[in-house]
Amino acid sequence: MAMVETDLQGVVEDAAAHLYVWALKDIPQDLRDALAEALTRETSVPGRRVLETIVRNVAVADEEKNLVCQDTGIAVYTCRVGEGFPLHPAGIYEALKTGTARATLEHPLRSNAVHTITRENTGPNIGHRLPIVHWEFIADWDGLDVKCVPKGSGSENMSFLKMCVPADGVKGIKQFVLESIVGAGGKPCPPGIVGVGIGGSADYAMYLAKEAIARPIGTRNFDPIVARLEDELYQLLNETGIGPMGLGGDVTVLQCHIEHADTHMTLNPVAVNYQCWAARRASVHVSADGTVDFDREA
Amino acid sequence: MATHRLTFPTSEEEIRSLRAGDEVTVDGHIIGIRDRTQIRIFDQGVEPPIDLAGALLLHTAPNVRKVGPGRYEKLCIGTTTSARMVRFTEPLGERYGVRAICGKGGLPDEAIEPMRRLGMVYFAIVGGAAALETTQIEEIEEVAWEDLMPECLWKFRVKDFGPLTVGIDSHGTSLYHDVQEAARERLEGIIARL
Ligand code: SF4
Repeated sequence: MAMVETDLQGVVEDAAAHLYVWALKDIPQDLRDALAEALTRETSVPGRRVLETIVRNVAVADEEKNLVCQDTGIAVYTCRVGEGFPLHPAGIYEALKTGTARATLEHPLRSNAVHTITRENTGPNIGHRLPIVHWEFIADWDGLDVKCVPKGSGSENMSFLKMCVPADGVKGIKQFVLESIVGAGGKPCPPGIVGVGIGGSADYAMYLAKEAIARPIGTRNFDPIVARLEDELYQLLNETGIGPMGLGGDVTVLQCHIEHADTHMTLNPVAVNYQCWAARRASVHVSADGTVDFDREA
Repeated sequence: MATHRLTFPTSEEEIRSLRAGDEVTVDGHIIGIRDRTQIRIFDQGVEPPIDLAGALLLHTAPNVRKVGPGRYEKLCIGTTTSARMVRFTEPLGERYGVRAICGKGGLPDEAIEPMRRLGMVYFAIVGGAAALETTQIEEIEEVAWEDLMPECLWKFRVKDFGPLTVGIDSHGTSLYHDVQEAARERLEGIIARL
């Protein structure tokens, strides 16, 4: 049994090292399609110039095998762990941390991690509670899914939370999302994905917003009421005219995704987390026997 | 909206010919600079060892590989958000004769007046398009203040650098200001309909 655990830890570590670099270099097809589609909608001259350059940049990254964007971000992983997966989450965390460090040193990648007070570098994109890992546990399954979402600072800095009151209703939620994105202007490298988290608690709303940006572009919330709100906000956000890189235009966002949770009768929290056009994400499925299956589209 | 090709360093006259929204492609030399570099110059009073007269500054912290003493090879060079560094705009123009600043996301309105008075512009690059930007940087010619790595003072030789958009010109127009104003107006209408 001990042997199997050691092996799996190595497998997950190797997979994480590959996943981080791969996510930074090869963006998902749904994102490529959304960027190409944005170009067909954009009519402003600076807006078209920006979108054409983005599409060209993605092609150059493919050719040169270089990073799509220089900001290697903060490594964020989401793990879905089956109850029968033979490696304990503590071991999975160790493997993700070591894998992130190895990717940073071996490539090499810029290391962004600093102590939050002293601002001294804390290591190869690792540190106290870095990388960030979110967990979900799945019954009746023995596999592991890991999704890596490197999050750039330009877009992460444009994160907003408001504890609306119940009397603000859905209107208050919409207004807050719209004002946040107009206020962010060109800083988070638009057009990107606006993630909105509604309900739960203050911390959970922001977590949900982050979950929302990591979804494949244009997927819709399972709840039809929330899905309609996604459609509406997507339309309204593009009516603001902020445009690509904030230079004015028709395409301000590629999509608006919402995740929600039920909440307390006196709470109405709403969180906005922005994901820039370089909406990088990559996934791997690891089976209990150590078989690895990389999946860019998940 | 006109298209221009400029070689840096350049003159006030060339800069004055640019209008907000114009497209610019750059050849020649550009200087990489960031938060800590400018804190050293202005807050700690250390004179920059590289001449900034007529220069185009790029807000960057490049990914590089050291290949010898003071020699670096580019890996991936991109651009960072400019707004954090707005307070350096005026002294850069006044004391050192800087002509252009290139970054992403724009500079707040307080940059408009010094740029108009001193004959400076802000170029918007496409943020995050680092793979392309890296191919347009031919060589890292000089590096000063290596102790600030990667926020050193970098001198790059570039070719076909761009396309850049004139975000703020030297005549008092800022696209960022205009876009924000128009967006706030639209927003009022949208909110009234909700
Ligand atoms: S916001 Fe995104 S695209 Fe822009 S520089 Fe940061 S990581 Fe890159």
